[in-house]
Amino acid sequence: MSSNSEKIENAKIALDRHTREIVQWHFDPATGTPFWLDHAKNWGWDPRTEVQCYDDLDKFEFFEDEWLRGGDVRRWVPKAFANDPIYTFETGGSTGVPKSRININDFRTDYELFSQTLSDASFPRGGDWLMLGPSGPRRLRLAVEHLCQHRGGICFCVDMDPRWVVKLIKSSRLQEMHEYKEHVVNQGLTLLRAHKGISCLFTTPKLLEALCERVSLVECGIKGVFCGGTQLTAQFHRFAREELLEGKIDFVPTYGNTLMGLACHKPFDPADNYSVIYHPPSPRAMIEVVDPDSPRNVVEYGQVGRARLTTLTKEFFMPRFLERDEGVRTRPCDAYPWDGIADVRPFSGFASPIVEGVY
Amino acid sequence: MVRIPILRQGCAYESVEQATLVHHATREPFALVDQANSGMVRRDILLMDDNVLDSFSIADLIEIARKAGQLFVSASLPLGETQQSFDNYIGQLSATTGMPVAYCRNNAKKISGVLDEIESVLTGLTRGLDMRVLDRGYRAASGLNLNFYRAGRIFGAVLPSNSPGVHSLWAPAIVLKTPIAVKPGREEPWTPYRIIEAFAAAGIPREAMGFYPTDHAGAGELLRSVDRAMLFGGGATVKPYENNPNVELHGPGYSKIILGEDVVDDWEQYIDLMASSIDANGGRSCINASAIWAPRHTREIAAAVAQKLATHRALPADDPEATLAAFTNPAVAEQINAAIEHGLSGGGAVDLCREHRGSDRLARLGACSYLLPAVVRCDSREHLLANREFLFPYASVVECPENEMPDAIGPSLVATVLTRNEALIRTLMNHANVDRLNVGAIPTWKISWDQPHEGNLFELLYRQRAFQIEPAA
Repeated sequence: MSSNSEKIENAKIALDRHTREIVQWHFDPATGTPFWLDHAKNWGWDPRTEVQCYDDLDKFEFFEDEWLRGGDVRRWVPKAFANDPIYTFETGGSTGVPKSRININDFRTDYELFSQTLSDASFPRGGDWLMLGPSGPRRLRLAVEHLCQHRGGICFCVDMDPRWVVKLIKSSRLQEMHEYKEHVVNQGLTLLRAHKGISCLFTTPKLLEALCERVSLVECGIKGVFCGGTQLTAQFHRFAREELLEGKIDFVPTYGNTLMGLACHKPFDPADNYSVIYHPPSPRAMIEVVDPDSPRNVVEYGQVGRARLTTLTKEFFMPRFLERDEGVRTRPCDAYPWDGIADVRPFSGFASPIVEGVY
Repeated sequence: MVRIPILRQGCAYESVEQATLVHHATREPFALVDQANSGMVRRDILLMDDNVLDSFSIADLIEIARKAGQLFVSASLPLGETQQSFDNYIGQLSATTGMPVAYCRNNAKKISGVLDEIESVLTGLTRGLDMRVLDRGYRAASGLNLNFYRAGRIFGAVLPSNSPGVHSLWAPAIVLKTPIAVKPGREEPWTPYRIIEAFAAAGIPREAMGFYPTDHAGAGELLRSVDRAMLFGGGATVKPYENNPNVELHGPGYSKIILGEDVVDDWEQYIDLMASSIDANGGRSCINASAIWAPRHTREIAAAVAQKLATHRALPADDPEATLAAFTNPAVAEQINAAIEHGLSGGGAVDLCREHRGSDRLARLGACSYLLPAVVRCDSREHLLANREFLFPYASVVECPENEMPDAIGPSLVATVLTRNEALIRTLMNHANVDRLNVGAIPTWKISWDQPHEGNLFELLYRQRAFQIEPAA
């Protein structure tokens, strides 16, 4: 068995073991999640005995994110954590009730694991950060701040409400949208100019463009940019590296959401031709690229399919959720010996387009 | 396969993302078009030197435009890493748009003609202004000093794929000393690219011209980043810009032929004029008539026009007899046809062209889909099909009392009014519904270079300023 094959096999073994542990946890009457315990009453089968490996999660129906809209949020809190301080992070919510996911430490764990992938040269230990992205009830704000603190820095933040941006776009109030973007960017610029210790930046693609329209981040002393929140195309990736960041600042794109966590970008390799390839934080979460018409089936490598997410933490169990994105299935790589997804974009199978790219 | 790069300040740039254009007849990949990300579009425009053409005199630029017009229809010009002859251009244009080769040549001649006649075009746009005033900054004319400044520092255009002739509308911006950034229509990158290369070969600095194939977001960034712009598109595309004075909109035309009470009994004299207004250039332009309004005889008029248009056939684009464009996306033809059928199914309207032809409107030739002409007589002007415009020869025929017509016709890019009734002419002249008014037997598609319509590029780009100067001692 080659070293690479061995790593892939070991990762699969770890994923199967982790799956068993998480399913046991969420369906154990002592520690489990009220939502799942209640749900399982009518199934006629016991996940604790029938789920022995990751593939056995196919026995579950597809997770419906509508379950997360409204109702008693405490039904999502595992009994074992009932007395812990609980966060609720929201996603969606431009109109109607947002989806809520409870959190205790997951966001910290996810970002501490992500921190291990960052280079100390680009994201210096002790360097301060600017968090220029969605704030409010989103996990990203706290997560980036924790990442910064975990690396010994202090995080400067601004407010940004993406729901307002979505409303402006949907109602074609583009001028107001740009004014709001300027308002956000101006605050970021003020912080960058006032605090010379800021060397790391989290921001979204649109805000990065708007920032770089006004200043050279190289001259501002930025060493590394962690970028996410919306779709990143291969051409944007190249543009960001070569032009916005002048070829002198590290650029780390990520893909994630409140429900899954954070997927890391495969280390930059010119051979990938700027394709943005993400790998999930296995075994805590998985991304699979599935046939949209038959979403139990994973597509072949190199084929486009819909992103299917699975979250496996003690705080949150989300099997087989069909995300509103699509992408290309990619092979495991050295750093991440499990499948990845490339060129993620909004799922083209919906009847009406999704408003995205709003940050 | 031909590859069409982005032109960033005139220089070729290959993106890591391309759109593939297919040949309309074979459905095989035909060309790769490099795609600009939206941030690139904005970044480049903000970095453009808006004074780069100021050192040229208008007279120089007129000469350059004439030369560019000649090169456009004769020279071998760069196309990415290859050279493109005029015949290559015509073949490529027809391949990805489905437009008959003969029409492609006619449209190319129109573009060349505008560049050749650019002085007349400028005369029309400026109402006879001595153009040297733009070189000197001011001049005394009729005892008055005139001074203009260029408000459009960079001019942008978001362009369509339906008819290459429309490119004659933005090209004069260069002669008005304004650097340009254009986004081509998805299936028609050929013409704007070739115009830019013709201008470059004729002497315009390359950095004055940007060419950005991009997506919807990129088009939005282009419109936001330039000072003045021209936007072509359907109703939904242009709607967000309706109240933006910096963007000249070229949406649906809803052009019309109007027959007055005094001539309507002689309708037979005008059948050729009406048919030509509907079907010229494959019926794909906003200046094609999409409705005929008359106070009576609408059944007979519709029948006669339908009989004439029923002769069109689906033919390969390279057939010299071809008069209709193939739909590059067959689904679009099917959707349009379904929309018309839906309108007819409710009653109150009939497609007389189909009755004359005896065959369906939707025709197929190999892998190609065509829409054969439709002439739909509507019982009421409120009918679903009475005020529609489609990408093929389509017209409704609507009955309406003459005195109600000016208000009832709605916005009309071109109205050809057939009447000698001065009151009707005067009412239409005073009415905001009509952008270009043709009085008499002038086809809707006939353009006079000195009569700008659908906006005035000079007025979009320049502003007059109050100006005084102390007389020399």
